[in-house]
Amino acid sequence: MEVEAAKMIGAGIATIGMGGAGIGVGIIFGNYLSGALRNPAAAGQFTNLIFGFAVTEALGIFSLLIALLLLFVV
Amino acid sequence: MAGDTTKTDMQAQTIDQNGEEIVIKLDGKDAYGEQLQTSTQYPKEEKPFPPFDPATFGPQLFWLVISFGALYLLMSKIALPKIGEILEVRRDRIEGDLAEAERLRQKTEQAIENYETELATARAKSHEIAEKTRTEIKSELDAKHSEVEAELSKKLSIAEARIKETKLAALVNVDEIASETLVSVISKLSTKISIKDARDAVKSVVKG
Amino acid sequence: MGYATNPIKQFDIIEIFSFGSINGFDLVFTNSALMMLVSVAIISGWLILTTRGRGLVPSRLQLVSEITYGFIANMIRTSTGSEGMKFFPLVFSLFTFILVSNILGLYPYFFSVSSQLIVTVALALLVMGIVIFYGVWKNGFKFLKIFVPSGIPLVVLIIVVPIEVLSFLSRPLSLSLRLFGNMLAGAIVVKVFAGFVVSLTAMGLIGIIGAILPLAMTVALTGLEFLVAALQAFVFTILTCVYLNDAIHPGH
Repeated sequence: MEVEAAKMIGAGIATIGMGGAGIGVGIIFGNYLSGALRNPAAAGQFTNLIFGFAVTEALGIFSLLIALLLLFVV
Repeated sequence: MAGDTTKTDMQAQTIDQNGEEIVIKLDGKDAYGEQLQTSTQYPKEEKPFPPFDPATFGPQLFWLVISFGALYLLMSKIALPKIGEILEVRRDRIEGDLAEAERLRQKTEQAIENYETELATARAKSHEIAEKTRTEIKSELDAKHSEVEAELSKKLSIAEARIKETKLAALVNVDEIASETLVSVISKLSTKISIKDARDAVKSVVKG
Repeated sequence: MGYATNPIKQFDIIEIFSFGSINGFDLVFTNSALMMLVSVAIISGWLILTTRGRGLVPSRLQLVSEITYGFIANMIRTSTGSEGMKFFPLVFSLFTFILVSNILGLYPYFFSVSSQLIVTVALALLVMGIVIFYGVWKNGFKFLKIFVPSGIPLVVLIIVVPIEVLSFLSRPLSLSLRLFGNMLAGAIVVKVFAGFVVSLTAMGLIGIIGAILPLAMTVALTGLEFLVAALQAFVFTILTCVYLNDAIHPGH
């Protein structure tokens, strides 16, 4: 049972990593917004915005995956 | 899971130790009448997380290949060429309409240009006609004017000549009158004087 | 825990009927297969039926098909150039399949195909397989230039090349896990809040009053999940285009 508890705790700790991804995504969108508001011509970089968002978010998803693996697989 | 296998092992051990319970194991139930957990049958709660269950991979992959393949074929062979054709027909139509509009516009411009050149030539022609008429009238007028003037000057000169003549005649008459007057005066006064002498005297007086 | 309260239960694969097995391989028709076929039927039916009229002036429904077509065509053209248009049917199929199955999965009691790891992994491997095979077939050994950024001194290359290789290898991983993780996590979160509503309403009047909050949260999260469903389909598609661009023009 201790192993089960450790898995749960580990899964909880692993999800902390998503906070980092949240910070990163927030920085990306915030900087996009401030850049686009200062210079509306730069608002055409939407595709690059989504690309950066996707790459950043993937790292958060990795930690979520670790949590899921700990809960259901290991 | 790890905990369950040890549990089953332990049960198997107890069964081995107590030979009479083998019958119960064949029943599939343990001493408390609960379902035994064997490796071949998953109990409801111990089923692996479905997205990570390898048993579902094969069938899902199979159906994914079928459905996605069907989707790809339907898209690439039927739906997308159709939409592409619709868009192309529309673009051609729009381009054709634009070209037609452009052609008509050019035609209109050509017509306007023609009209303007025609108008300009007409104006020039009318101007020319007016000019010509004016010069003609002027020359005619001049000719008539000069003719009239010539006639007038001729008449004037005739008149002047007649005046001169009349004057001359008048002057001659004056001499005659003066001579006759002289004769009569002289004869009245004193001696006879010939008309010829009188005339000479008058003449000398007039000349002097 | 029943279907209403267990957030994991929605991912259960339920056998509807079986075609028997060939060489020990089960041809079971499951709810997952049903949802895949429903997605395909919706996409094909929509695109083919709405464009049936071939209207010169499009109707509203036809306009949706045309806008989707133009959107994907424009995305490929801007990120890979006109050379990438030969992958247009593939990218279009990927986008519509992921979008429709994501959105279908948001309906209660519907199965979410894209929250199955094997489905997203298969789609990501399909994309990466095409990228690698097309890149090698078209460029030969020049395809390896994607690992060597131009204009970098040799000493730095020793560090950069392994990183590029690692980044390339992590692409299928991140491509599949991003879609999987987003749809799975979204579905679980919505289900957890919906489960609160169910268990609170069982507690009588006070519970019912208290259930208003998680219910509002469920509604808001469902809206967010619709956004995420569309966004993840778009992200998957734009990354596919970017990777295809690497295969078409290696050496960046």
